[in-house]
Amino acid sequence: MKIRHLTALALLCVGTAHAQSAKQLDQQADAMMKASFREQGIAKMDRVEQDAAQKACSAAKPPPATVAKKIEAQQLAAIKWPSDGQFIGDWKEGEKLAQNGRGMTWTDASATPGKNGAMCYNCHQIDKKEISFGSIGPSLWNYGKLRGVTDPADPAQAAIVKYTWGKLWNSKAYAACSEMPRFGHAELLTEAQIRDLMALLLDPKSPVNQ
Amino acid sequence: MRTRLIAATAAAFAAVATLPLMAQQPKTAADGIAEYRKMLEDGNPAELFEAKGEELWKTARGPKNATLEACDLGLGPGVVKGAWVQLPRYFADTKKVQDLESRLLTCMQTLQGFDAAEIANTPFDRGEQASVTALAAWISSSSRGMKMALPQKHAEEKRFYELGKRAFFFRGGPMDFSCASCHGEDGKRIRMQDLPNLTKNPGDGVGFAAWPAYRVSSGEMWSMQRRLNDCFRQQRFPYPGFGSDVTVALAVYMGVNAKGAESIAPALKR
Repeated sequence: MKIRHLTALALLCVGTAHAQSAKQLDQQADAMMKASFREQGIAKMDRVEQDAAQKACSAAKPPPATVAKKIEAQQLAAIKWPSDGQFIGDWKEGEKLAQNGRGMTWTDASATPGKNGAMCYNCHQIDKKEISFGSIGPSLWNYGKLRGVTDPADPAQAAIVKYTWGKLWNSKAYAACSEMPRFGHAELLTEAQIRDLMALLLDPKSPVNQ
Repeated sequence: MRTRLIAATAAAFAAVATLPLMAQQPKTAADGIAEYRKMLEDGNPAELFEAKGEELWKTARGPKNATLEACDLGLGPGVVKGAWVQLPRYFADTKKVQDLESRLLTCMQTLQGFDAAEIANTPFDRGEQASVTALAAWISSSSRGMKMALPQKHAEEKRFYELGKRAFFFRGGPMDFSCASCHGEDGKRIRMQDLPNLTKNPGDGVGFAAWPAYRVSSGEMWSMQRRLNDCFRQQRFPYPGFGSDVTVALAVYMGVNAKGAESIAPALKR
């Protein structure tokens, strides 16, 4: 009886020691991330201070579903919808933004939203004429057409229009650990720029929907 | 001859670089790139840096007017062949896990009398930083064709692997990127650029087994430290210290994952 007790106790200790050491390593890694970097130009040290969403998605395994759901709800609540109710801009400007992969590095002069590209082609196929596209995100060719968008102003098609705005503004609202930057939420792009990207994806006249 | 090859390589690159992005005939562009890659195989300007690095190793320099020939890169004083594929590793004299570049700083300070901290704070390609790059090119070339075999016996080596893994998945910055955002899955690309999956062995001469490398696009020789520095720049992170713990820990993580991969360093890159 006593031996069994001791064995159980020993097992408990081993388990605890292991868990503690993983936790210690987490703490050491956090300290390392702060100690190993210094600010340079516009890239300040706050960039290694994680928010809750970044922290929850910083392991090889995704967080539990309950945690993911909570993050998605928080991010969704933080989305700013277009101030004038206008969702669609100019697809030609949207294409220029999609091509532009610049901004926010320590060699860039300004961190002002509006100085950045949207870098869409880095990860997505969009207009099929552009053959230099990345594959981290899904293809967006025929994005609006495939979703039946014939008139983005039609209230019957409002759901997909609203979702697309939300996804561009804050991708984490729909997938907690999405690899896509939160273009509106993180102030990478202005409302006007996001309207232009919306047009590239949803305007029936956009080359994406031909 | 060598100069002519480099010129041809540069010309081939320039031709590809100026290809219109909105190409009318995708096949032509793809063919052009394949052709360019083939031409690159003919001559690697990294050889010039290797020669310079070997000379630097054997020349008496610094305040102590000494060579680096007594430097211990992990396999004993002066042993260069095979050292690269076993770095980073733990060094008892410094009580630290060190990568090739940080180990070179230690040797340049202890043997030659240089100020390691001063070199670490010097911008890439300037002053003694350029020496470190050339030395890294030569030292890595002495392990060409050998398989990555980083030691994981010492507790600090294991700890650094664990820290490197955490750094690899650490999301931050205005774009929420981690190393894993680009290098966590097989078969992904940024634009036309293939991205190795560095969470496992990505194969012979890929990823960690390819650096240092000569970058045709910038006309520069890059050590692994420089490679990581530019990754963090594109990740939109702040500036990583040269030889800082995060850079060494990431090298341990990638190097251990690449166990058995054949090193082609110094490779030739886009």
